Amino acid sequence: MLLLEVLISLVLVLGALVAFIGAIGLVRLPDIYSRLHGPAKASTLGVGSILIGSFLFFTFFMDGISMQELLITAFIVTTAPISANMLAKAALHRKIPCAQGTQNAPVPRTDTQSS
Amino acid sequence: MKRSAHHPRKWLPHPRFSLFLLVLWLLMVESFAVAQILLGGLLAWLIPFGTQQFWLEQSSMHHPVRMVQYVFHLFVDIIRSNFMVAWQIISPQNKLKPGFVEYPIQLQNDFAITLLASTVTLTPGTVSAHITRDKKVLLLHVLHLTDEQALVEAIHLRYETLLQEIFEC
Repeated sequence: MLLLEVLISLVLVLGALVAFIGAIGLVRLPDIYSRLHGPAKASTLGVGSILIGSFLFFTFFMDGISMQELLITAFIVTTAPISANMLAKAALHRKIPCAQGTQNAPVPRTDTQSS
Repeated sequence: MKRSAHHPRKWLPHPRFSLFLLVLWLLMVESFAVAQILLGGLLAWLIPFGTQQFWLEQSSMHHPVRMVQYVFHLFVDIIRSNFMVAWQIISPQNKLKPGFVEYPIQLQNDFAITLLASTVTLTPGTVSAHITRDKKVLLLHVLHLTDEQALVEAIHLRYETLLQEIFEC
Protein backbone atom coordinates (compact mmCIF):
# COMPACT_ATOMS: atom_id res chain seq x y z
CA MET A 1 0.00 0.00 0.00
CA LEU A 2 2.88 2.33 0.77
CA LEU A 3 4.40 1.50 -2.58
CA LEU A 4 1.13 2.34 -4.24
CA GLU A 5 0.97 5.66 -2.42
CA VAL A 6 4.47 6.50 -3.63
CA LEU A 7 3.50 5.56 -7.18
CA ILE A 8 0.37 7.73 -7.04
CA SER A 9 2.38 10.67 -5.70
CA LEU A 10 4.98 10.26 -8.45
CA VAL A 11 2.34 10.22 -11.16
CA LEU A 12 0.68 13.32 -9.69
CA VAL A 13 3.97 15.21 -9.48
CA LEU A 14 4.88 14.20 -13.04
CA GLY A 15 1.51 15.44 -14.26
CA ALA A 16 1.92 18.75 -12.46
CA LEU A 17 5.44 19.13 -13.85
CA VAL A 18 4.37 18.48 -17.44
CA ALA A 19 1.47 20.91 -17.13
CA PHE A 20 3.86 23.48 -15.66
CA ILE A 21 6.30 23.10 -18.56
CA GLY A 22 3.38 23.46 -20.95
CA ALA A 23 2.51 26.74 -19.24
CA ILE A 24 6.12 27.94 -19.52
CA GLY A 25 5.91 27.13 -23.21
CA LEU A 26 3.00 29.51 -23.57
CA VAL A 27 5.18 32.31 -22.26
CA ARG A 28 8.49 31.45 -23.92
CA LEU A 29 7.62 30.34 -27.44
CA PRO A 30 7.72 33.10 -30.05
CA ASP A 31 4.40 32.99 -31.95
CA ILE A 32 0.88 31.60 -31.81
CA TYR A 33 1.71 28.62 -34.01
CA SER A 34 4.55 27.45 -31.77
CA ARG A 35 2.51 28.13 -28.67
CA LEU A 36 -0.10 25.65 -29.83
CA HIS A 37 2.42 22.84 -29.36
CA GLY A 38 2.41 23.26 -25.59
CA PRO A 39 -1.31 22.89 -24.85
CA ALA A 40 -1.85 20.33 -27.60
CA LYS A 41 0.64 17.88 -26.14
CA ALA A 42 1.79 18.83 -22.66
CA SER A 43 -1.79 19.15 -21.47
CA THR A 44 -2.61 15.69 -22.79
CA LEU A 45 0.12 13.96 -20.78
CA GLY A 46 -0.13 16.36 -17.84
CA VAL A 47 -3.85 15.95 -17.31
CA GLY A 48 -3.52 12.29 -18.30
CA SER A 49 -1.01 11.51 -15.53
CA ILE A 50 -3.04 13.35 -12.90
CA LEU A 51 -6.10 11.38 -13.97
CA ILE A 52 -4.17 8.11 -13.79
CA GLY A 53 -3.17 9.05 -10.25
CA SER A 54 -6.78 9.78 -9.40
CA PHE A 55 -7.88 6.53 -11.02
CA LEU A 56 -5.40 4.48 -8.96
CA PHE A 57 -6.32 6.28 -5.75
CA PHE A 58 -10.07 5.88 -6.06
CA THR A 59 -9.79 2.32 -7.32
CA PHE A 60 -7.55 1.04 -4.54
CA PHE A 61 -8.35 3.27 -1.57
CA MET A 62 -12.04 3.93 -2.10
CA ASP A 63 -14.66 1.37 -2.95
CA GLY A 64 -15.11 0.21 -6.53
CA ILE A 65 -13.37 0.82 -9.80
CA SER A 66 -13.43 4.40 -10.94
CA MET A 67 -14.02 4.58 -14.68
CA GLN A 68 -14.65 8.30 -15.03
CA GLU A 69 -10.97 9.20 -15.12
CA LEU A 70 -10.35 6.89 -18.05
CA LEU A 71 -13.27 8.47 -19.88
CA ILE A 72 -11.96 11.98 -19.23
CA THR A 73 -8.54 10.91 -20.56
CA ALA A 74 -10.13 9.53 -23.71
CA PHE A 75 -12.14 12.72 -24.23
CA ILE A 76 -9.10 14.95 -23.79
CA VAL A 77 -7.00 12.91 -26.21
CA THR A 78 -9.71 13.09 -28.85
CA THR A 79 -10.66 16.76 -28.43
CA ALA A 80 -7.31 18.50 -27.76
CA PRO A 81 -6.02 18.07 -31.36
CA ILE A 82 -9.25 19.40 -32.80
CA SER A 83 -9.21 22.58 -30.73
CA ALA A 84 -5.52 23.10 -31.56
CA ASN A 85 -6.35 22.64 -35.24
CA MET A 86 -9.19 25.16 -35.08
CA LEU A 87 -6.96 27.72 -33.33
CA ALA A 88 -4.25 27.28 -35.99
CA LYS A 89 -6.84 27.57 -38.75
CA ALA A 90 -8.23 30.77 -37.24
CA ALA A 91 -4.72 32.22 -36.90
CA LEU A 92 -3.90 31.37 -40.53
CA HIS A 93 -7.19 32.81 -41.69
CA ARG A 94 -6.52 36.10 -39.90
CA LYS A 95 -2.93 36.04 -41.23
CA ILE A 96 -1.39 36.44 -37.81
CA PRO A 97 2.35 36.81 -38.41
CA CYS A 98 4.65 33.95 -37.41
CA ALA A 99 8.04 34.17 -35.74
CA GLN A 100 11.20 35.38 -37.35
CA GLY A 101 12.97 32.67 -39.32
CA THR A 102 9.95 30.43 -39.85
CA GLN A 103 10.48 28.30 -42.94
CA ASN A 104 7.91 28.12 -45.79
CA ALA A 105 5.73 30.62 -43.98
CA PRO A 106 2.27 30.98 -45.57
CA VAL A 107 1.65 34.12 -43.49
CA PRO A 108 3.86 37.20 -43.03
CA ARG A 109 6.82 36.86 -40.70
CA THR A 110 7.48 39.38 -37.99
CA ASP A 111 10.86 40.24 -39.53
CA THR A 112 9.31 41.14 -42.91
CA GLN A 113 6.66 43.36 -41.39
CA SER A 114 7.24 47.08 -41.18
CA SER A 115 6.93 48.08 -37.58
CA MET B 1 -32.81 20.85 -45.53
CA LYS B 2 -31.74 19.96 -49.06
CA ARG B 3 -29.68 17.08 -47.81
CA SER B 4 -32.54 15.56 -45.85
CA ALA B 5 -34.45 15.21 -49.10
CA HIS B 6 -31.72 12.90 -50.40
CA HIS B 7 -31.31 11.07 -47.13
CA PRO B 8 -34.68 10.38 -45.52
CA ARG B 9 -34.56 10.32 -41.72
CA LYS B 10 -34.02 6.93 -40.18
CA TRP B 11 -35.26 5.95 -36.76
CA LEU B 12 -32.01 4.29 -35.73
CA PRO B 13 -29.34 5.74 -38.03
CA HIS B 14 -26.24 4.48 -36.20
CA PRO B 15 -27.00 1.43 -34.03
CA ARG B 16 -23.38 0.80 -33.04
CA PHE B 17 -22.88 4.43 -32.08
CA SER B 18 -26.08 4.28 -30.02
CA LEU B 19 -24.80 1.24 -28.15
CA PHE B 20 -21.51 3.04 -27.54
CA LEU B 21 -23.36 6.06 -26.14
CA LEU B 22 -25.41 3.89 -23.80
CA VAL B 23 -22.32 2.15 -22.42
CA LEU B 24 -20.57 5.51 -22.12
CA TRP B 25 -23.50 6.95 -20.18
CA LEU B 26 -23.62 4.02 -17.77
CA LEU B 27 -19.88 4.28 -17.16
CA MET B 28 -20.14 8.01 -16.56
CA VAL B 29 -22.92 7.80 -13.99
CA GLU B 30 -21.33 4.64 -12.54
CA SER B 31 -24.71 3.06 -11.96
CA PHE B 32 -26.75 0.34 -13.60
CA ALA B 33 -30.07 1.39 -12.10
CA VAL B 34 -33.11 0.95 -14.34
CA ALA B 35 -33.66 4.71 -14.39
CA GLN B 36 -30.13 5.29 -15.67
CA ILE B 37 -30.47 2.61 -18.33
CA LEU B 38 -33.71 4.24 -19.51
CA LEU B 39 -32.21 7.73 -19.51
CA GLY B 40 -29.03 6.51 -21.24
CA GLY B 41 -31.11 4.62 -23.77
CA LEU B 42 -33.13 7.72 -24.53
CA LEU B 43 -29.98 9.80 -25.06
CA ALA B 44 -28.35 7.02 -27.09
CA TRP B 45 -31.32 7.12 -29.44
CA LEU B 46 -31.93 10.88 -29.44
CA ILE B 47 -28.38 12.09 -30.14
CA PRO B 48 -27.71 10.07 -33.32
CA PHE B 49 -31.29 10.70 -34.44
CA GLY B 50 -31.05 14.46 -33.99
CA THR B 51 -27.61 14.83 -35.56
CA GLN B 52 -27.90 12.41 -38.48
CA GLN B 53 -28.01 15.16 -41.09
CA PHE B 54 -24.54 16.28 -40.08
CA TRP B 55 -22.89 12.88 -40.34
CA LEU B 56 -20.42 12.16 -43.11
CA GLU B 57 -20.59 8.99 -45.12
CA GLN B 58 -20.28 5.77 -43.15
CA SER B 59 -16.75 4.55 -42.74
CA SER B 60 -16.02 1.04 -41.67
CA MET B 61 -12.93 -0.38 -40.08
CA HIS B 62 -11.61 -3.39 -41.92
CA HIS B 63 -8.91 -4.38 -39.48
CA PRO B 64 -9.84 -3.78 -35.82
CA VAL B 65 -6.69 -5.56 -34.61
CA ARG B 66 -4.59 -3.12 -36.61
CA MET B 67 -6.53 -0.32 -34.93
CA VAL B 68 -5.41 -1.57 -31.52
CA GLN B 69 -1.84 -1.56 -32.81
CA TYR B 70 -2.36 1.99 -34.08
CA VAL B 71 -3.67 3.20 -30.72
CA PHE B 72 -0.71 1.60 -28.96
CA HIS B 73 1.69 3.27 -31.42
CA LEU B 74 -0.03 6.56 -30.73
CA PHE B 75 0.13 6.14 -26.96
CA VAL B 76 3.90 5.59 -27.06
CA ASP B 77 4.34 8.57 -29.37
CA ILE B 78 2.25 10.88 -27.18
CA ILE B 79 4.61 10.20 -24.28
CA ARG B 80 7.68 10.63 -26.49
CA SER B 81 6.36 13.84 -27.98
CA ASN B 82 5.65 15.29 -24.57
CA PHE B 83 9.23 14.87 -23.47
CA MET B 84 10.51 16.26 -26.78
CA VAL B 85 8.32 19.35 -26.63
CA ALA B 86 9.06 19.83 -22.94
CA TRP B 87 12.78 19.78 -23.76
CA GLN B 88 12.34 22.21 -26.64
CA ILE B 89 10.43 24.59 -24.40
CA ILE B 90 13.09 24.77 -21.71
CA SER B 91 16.09 24.75 -24.07
CA PRO B 92 17.35 28.07 -25.53
CA GLN B 93 14.79 29.54 -27.93
CA ASN B 94 17.17 30.85 -30.58
CA LYS B 95 18.08 27.28 -31.54
CA LEU B 96 14.53 26.52 -32.59
CA LYS B 97 13.79 26.55 -36.30
CA PRO B 98 10.02 26.56 -36.66
CA GLY B 99 8.51 26.01 -40.05
CA PHE B 100 5.51 24.97 -42.08
CA VAL B 101 5.37 21.76 -44.10
CA GLU B 102 2.85 20.74 -46.73
CA TYR B 103 2.01 17.08 -46.30
CA PRO B 104 0.48 15.33 -49.33
CA ILE B 105 -2.45 13.19 -48.14
CA GLN B 106 -3.00 9.86 -49.83
CA LEU B 107 -5.95 8.75 -47.73
CA GLN B 108 -9.37 8.98 -49.34
CA ASN B 109 -11.68 8.54 -46.39
CA ASP B 110 -12.76 11.63 -44.40
CA PHE B 111 -12.69 9.85 -41.08
CA ALA B 112 -9.21 8.45 -41.74
CA ILE B 113 -7.96 11.93 -42.66
CA THR B 114 -9.39 13.29 -39.41
CA LEU B 115 -7.59 10.55 -37.49
CA LEU B 116 -4.33 11.34 -39.30
CA ALA B 117 -4.62 15.08 -38.59
CA SER B 118 -5.33 14.45 -34.90
CA THR B 119 -2.47 11.97 -34.70
CA VAL B 120 -0.08 14.46 -36.21
CA THR B 121 -1.08 17.03 -33.60
CA LEU B 122 -0.51 14.58 -30.75
CA THR B 123 2.88 13.39 -31.95
CA PRO B 124 6.42 14.83 -31.80
CA GLY B 125 6.76 18.50 -32.62
CA THR B 126 4.00 18.85 -35.22
CA VAL B 127 0.56 20.46 -35.19
CA SER B 128 -1.81 20.15 -38.12
CA ALA B 129 -2.91 23.66 -39.02
CA HIS B 130 -4.94 23.56 -42.18
CA ILE B 131 -6.30 21.24 -44.81
CA THR B 132 -7.00 22.26 -48.38
CA ARG B 133 -10.54 22.07 -49.69
CA ASP B 134 -9.76 19.18 -52.03
CA LYS B 135 -8.43 17.17 -49.03
CA LYS B 136 -5.10 16.61 -50.71
CA VAL B 137 -2.70 18.71 -48.66
CA LEU B 138 -2.36 18.98 -44.91
CA LEU B 139 -0.45 22.03 -43.68
CA LEU B 140 1.64 21.26 -40.60
CA HIS B 141 3.43 23.58 -38.24
CA VAL B 142 6.68 22.07 -36.98
CA LEU B 143 8.35 23.38 -33.85
CA HIS B 144 11.85 22.41 -34.94
CA LEU B 145 12.13 21.72 -38.65
CA THR B 146 15.37 20.20 -39.89
CA ASP B 147 14.54 17.85 -42.76
CA GLU B 148 11.22 18.38 -44.49
CA GLN B 149 11.37 15.29 -46.69
CA ALA B 150 12.31 12.99 -43.82
CA LEU B 151 9.40 14.27 -41.73
CA VAL B 152 6.87 13.69 -44.50
CA GLU B 153 8.23 10.18 -45.01
CA ALA B 154 8.18 9.41 -41.30
CA ILE B 155 4.53 10.42 -40.96
CA HIS B 156 3.64 8.44 -44.04
CA LEU B 157 5.39 5.27 -42.93
CA ARG B 158 4.41 5.41 -39.28
CA TYR B 159 0.76 6.40 -39.52
CA GLU B 160 -0.66 6.82 -42.97
CA THR B 161 0.18 3.33 -44.25
CA LEU B 162 -1.42 1.82 -41.14
CA LEU B 163 -4.54 3.94 -41.60
CA GLN B 164 -4.65 2.98 -45.26
CA GLU B 165 -4.67 -0.65 -44.23
CA ILE B 166 -7.31 -0.17 -41.55
CA PHE B 167 -9.77 1.71 -43.75
CA GLU B 168 -8.67 0.19 -47.05
CA CYS B 169 -8.44 3.42 -48.95
